[in-house]
Amino acid sequence: MSTLHSLATDIALGNVKIIDLTHTLDPDFPVIILPPEFGQCARFRMEEISAYDHRGPAWKWHNLTLSEHTGTHFDAPSHWISGRDVPNGSVDEIPLDAFVGPVVVIDCSEGAAQNDDLELTVEAIENWEAEHGKIPTGTWVLMRTDWSKRSGAAYLNMRKDGPHSPGPNPEAIQFLINERNIRGFGTETVGTDAGQGAHYVPPYPAHYFLHGAGKYGLQCLANLDQLPPTGAILLAAPLKIKNGTGSPLRVLAMIEG
Amino acid sequence: MTEPLTFPPKKDPQKRSATPTRPPEARSRASLALTAAAAEGRFALQVCDECQIVQYPPRDACMNCIGTDLRWNDVSPKGHLLAETTVQTSTKLFFRERAPWRMGSVKLDVGPLILCHIHGDCTRDSAVKVLNRLDKSGQAVLIAIPLERSDHMDDDPQLRALSAHPKHRRILITDAWNPNTPALARALLDAGAATVFVGEAESWRPHPNRDALASMANVEVLPLDVTDTSSVQKLAGEIGGKTDILINNARFLRPGGVLSRGDTGFARDEMEVNYLGLMRLAQAFGPGMCARTADGVNSAAAWVNILSAYALSNTPEYGCYSASNAATYSLSQSLRGEFRSSGLRVMNVFVGPTEDDWHAPLPPPKVLPQSVARSVLDGLNDGLEDVWCGDIAKDIRDRWRKNAKVLEREMTFGSDGA
Ligand SMILES: [Zn+2]
Repeated sequence: MSTLHSLATDIALGNVKIIDLTHTLDPDFPVIILPPEFGQCARFRMEEISAYDHRGPAWKWHNLTLSEHTGTHFDAPSHWISGRDVPNGSVDEIPLDAFVGPVVVIDCSEGAAQNDDLELTVEAIENWEAEHGKIPTGTWVLMRTDWSKRSGAAYLNMRKDGPHSPGPNPEAIQFLINERNIRGFGTETVGTDAGQGAHYVPPYPAHYFLHGAGKYGLQCLANLDQLPPTGAILLAAPLKIKNGTGSPLRVLAMIEG
Repeated sequence: MTEPLTFPPKKDPQKRSATPTRPPEARSRASLALTAAAAEGRFALQVCDECQIVQYPPRDACMNCIGTDLRWNDVSPKGHLLAETTVQTSTKLFFRERAPWRMGSVKLDVGPLILCHIHGDCTRDSAVKVLNRLDKSGQAVLIAIPLERSDHMDDDPQLRALSAHPKHRRILITDAWNPNTPALARALLDAGAATVFVGEAESWRPHPNRDALASMANVEVLPLDVTDTSSVQKLAGEIGGKTDILINNARFLRPGGVLSRGDTGFARDEMEVNYLGLMRLAQAFGPGMCARTADGVNSAAAWVNILSAYALSNTPEYGCYSASNAATYSLSQSLRGEFRSSGLRVMNVFVGPTEDDWHAPLPPPKVLPQSVARSVLDGLNDGLEDVWCGDIAKDIRDRWRKNAKVLEREMTFGSDGA
């Protein structure tokens, strides 16, 4: 049996399960909030074109409005100023093999339940590796916080001094890039950076270092609690948008089970 | 003395709601100037330039000297009630449903003898004040009221039919985020509103009005985002059948004209909120409100838009915002025509620069939330179509009426660069 045929068989038999890591595109799903004098991320909107009526008797369809960075989405290197000159840095140029690959999950959910501003640190990564082995080159690293189980105001967790949500500190993200040469980094929160990420040096270190190094980002992920720490395969192909800096997408994981 | 209006009992669900009817709409062209005065609450009559006679009803020529130079001047509304009668029935359906109806003749201090509606508290041979009000057809009618105010005089059925008074009514304010929302809600409740619904967009982030609104009894904060059709439709499905007055204060505003912005991003947001937001609300709430304009004490009465006075003439410092308001103003005129047959009134409140972050660089005077609330309440009470809130709005109105091109030229002065 060929590899693909045996994969199809395993999926059909339930030996390989497909997990959906995507939130539903919903007009009321939070987006990142910037100071109001800056340009803002478009919310997801859906306008009916027709619904089997005088506007189109036998069909129903919608026009959509959204940003490249609305909902569960992919960040390309060209999203950040540090990645502006990275070759093949926009979603339409990224080599296809980047979109399918191995994934590891670092479970930070216990700490995040205690501390909204929990940092992923080098120490935490090393502790994880002591249990699960060294993070292989070219792997997606996802930070599980169970943040996707929050809804409404608790998700963005906006206060007078800005949003509060977990994320990697500058040393941790540099460690993953420079010492482990990962493919990309993903979170359950609204960005790859912590809510208070603007206050690191450099500001928004995950965006800054990942994209400067030609790595990718995934955010607003869900169901990370259904993934094993190692051994899963991630399928994350953004829409092919000319010069796109990111894209909403359906993120799927395959797990053996 | 007028008996206070009691809160209506719950509706009998087996009874058909009263169908909106309206008084006769036809008027002479000369008479429409009286309607224009009523639309902003003024008592104005024709005065002959030649012989200075004040005349009523309006005509194309002076009935004293046949002069045709007739100006509409604000004149004293005071007079004397000479005779009155109570109409018990009428061939006009509108009055037939509302009989008995008091009518009478008033000798105005400025001269004319007029036939008009009579407030229940007026007694024969007494001094009265005549109000020029819009009726359910949106045309001017005159009603005599006593000089002395009494506690419940706004509850007089004839006067109430000529107003959109909030008492016992259920009112939707569309934008919890607007700085004027708490003041508006407070003023409406103080005026006797039964419930104030407040639409709140993006409840997933905090906003400064939340605590103030939560602390008010009879205020219900409900999800509503005027940029999201499904959200507007959902709320209309829930409360559209009991929204008697809708106050659209949803606003998106950023400073800047065309060249000071590098893109169409904020302009799009301005159109989505200010212009298309009104359209979405009207499509979702309009038909239901139009069907309920005769629905008893808490019938649908008014649709209120809060607009920038720069809808009339653009101020390039806020050029794109002004443009969105010009579009919204134009749309409100279409709505007037579309709502007219139902008797649902569209009231536009034109506001000058408001006291908020986006107008911070401008010098005073700026309009405070309390002033907006007062203008809205006065306008509803007087059944107005056009309200001008603040000195700047009134100034723009006056200059626009005097010479729109001169105003445009004044608003678009250049600066001498180095
Ligand atoms: Zn004359």
